[in-house]
Amino acid sequence: MTERGFIAGLKAGTSIAIGYFPVALTFGLLAKTTGLSLIEATAMSIFVFAGAAQYISLTLITAGVAPILIVLNTFVVNIRHFLMTAALNEKMEPAAVWKKALYAFGITDESFAVLAIQEDNKVRTSFAAGVIAISYGSWVVFTAIGHLIGANLPHFLQAAMSIALYAMFVGLLVPSMRGNRKVLSLAAIAGIINSVFYFTGWLSTGWAILFSTLASAVIIEIISSKGVKT
Amino acid sequence: MSDWFWWMILGMALVTYLPRAIPLTFLEGRELPDAIQRILRNIPYAVLGALIFPAILFIQENNIWFGAIGAAAAFGIALTGANVMLVVLGSISVLAAYSLFFS
Repeated sequence: MTERGFIAGLKAGTSIAIGYFPVALTFGLLAKTTGLSLIEATAMSIFVFAGAAQYISLTLITAGVAPILIVLNTFVVNIRHFLMTAALNEKMEPAAVWKKALYAFGITDESFAVLAIQEDNKVRTSFAAGVIAISYGSWVVFTAIGHLIGANLPHFLQAAMSIALYAMFVGLLVPSMRGNRKVLSLAAIAGIINSVFYFTGWLSTGWAILFSTLASAVIIEIISSKGVKT
Repeated sequence: MSDWFWWMILGMALVTYLPRAIPLTFLEGRELPDAIQRILRNIPYAVLGALIFPAILFIQENNIWFGAIGAAAAFGIALTGANVMLVVLGSISVLAAYSLFFS
């Protein structure tokens, strides 16, 4: 096991923090126009910490949808994290259950991706704490700032920064993909299935990601366990 | 906003937290069947594929070129062996330059 702890985690999480910056800023701004107070907007980011679900909740609040349905929708959007944290569990070092219950709060698509792709055989709890601390900090602080200043970044910068989280995913994927056809197939098949859902509208985004991920992981496992070259 | 808002936050927090916490705590110290373990080890790469595609192409609604250029920049920079931070900052710079000069 390597000795990469909290500080290394902060470093690894910096690209998440950069990616969250424009997203959280816009969330704060939209929350304000939706009628949420500074406290309410920031509280949502503090307690929920789920980008997509928070954005959708604003739309639903504006539409006057019943709060219970907003909660239900949040669950549906976030149900994919069952799969991600089950996979992450294989990668994390064993730790006391209360510690895992604590850092589980900080597992988002982005922190999952960063933690699960680490080359370390086992990822340390302190490393996870670092990744989560910097991404959570960015999410909460920039939500508040977005609400406070009530304005967005200059348009060209806002637009350009919308690539940040995707570029991070690419930056995580490509090194593992090189010379590894299994990894390449896993990503490609999941991306293709997810695109089919996107263009046909058969499944909403949360379910589509869950289903395409699982389908790809199972299909590739079946193919490679049968000894077919992948 | 009023009372219902705080109940809603509580509900949202709960239903977001449970899918994150249940597998991590429940599976601690448990050995899953081999086949399941192998599938779970595939998940991270599959997730990345699904998170990237097709969303990366639609970061700007009704201008697929913007996303396509961003995607090309990200993959191009990543293929040179640059670290994640460089991929992120490089892709942002490419798109910032693109929007400043072409739109």
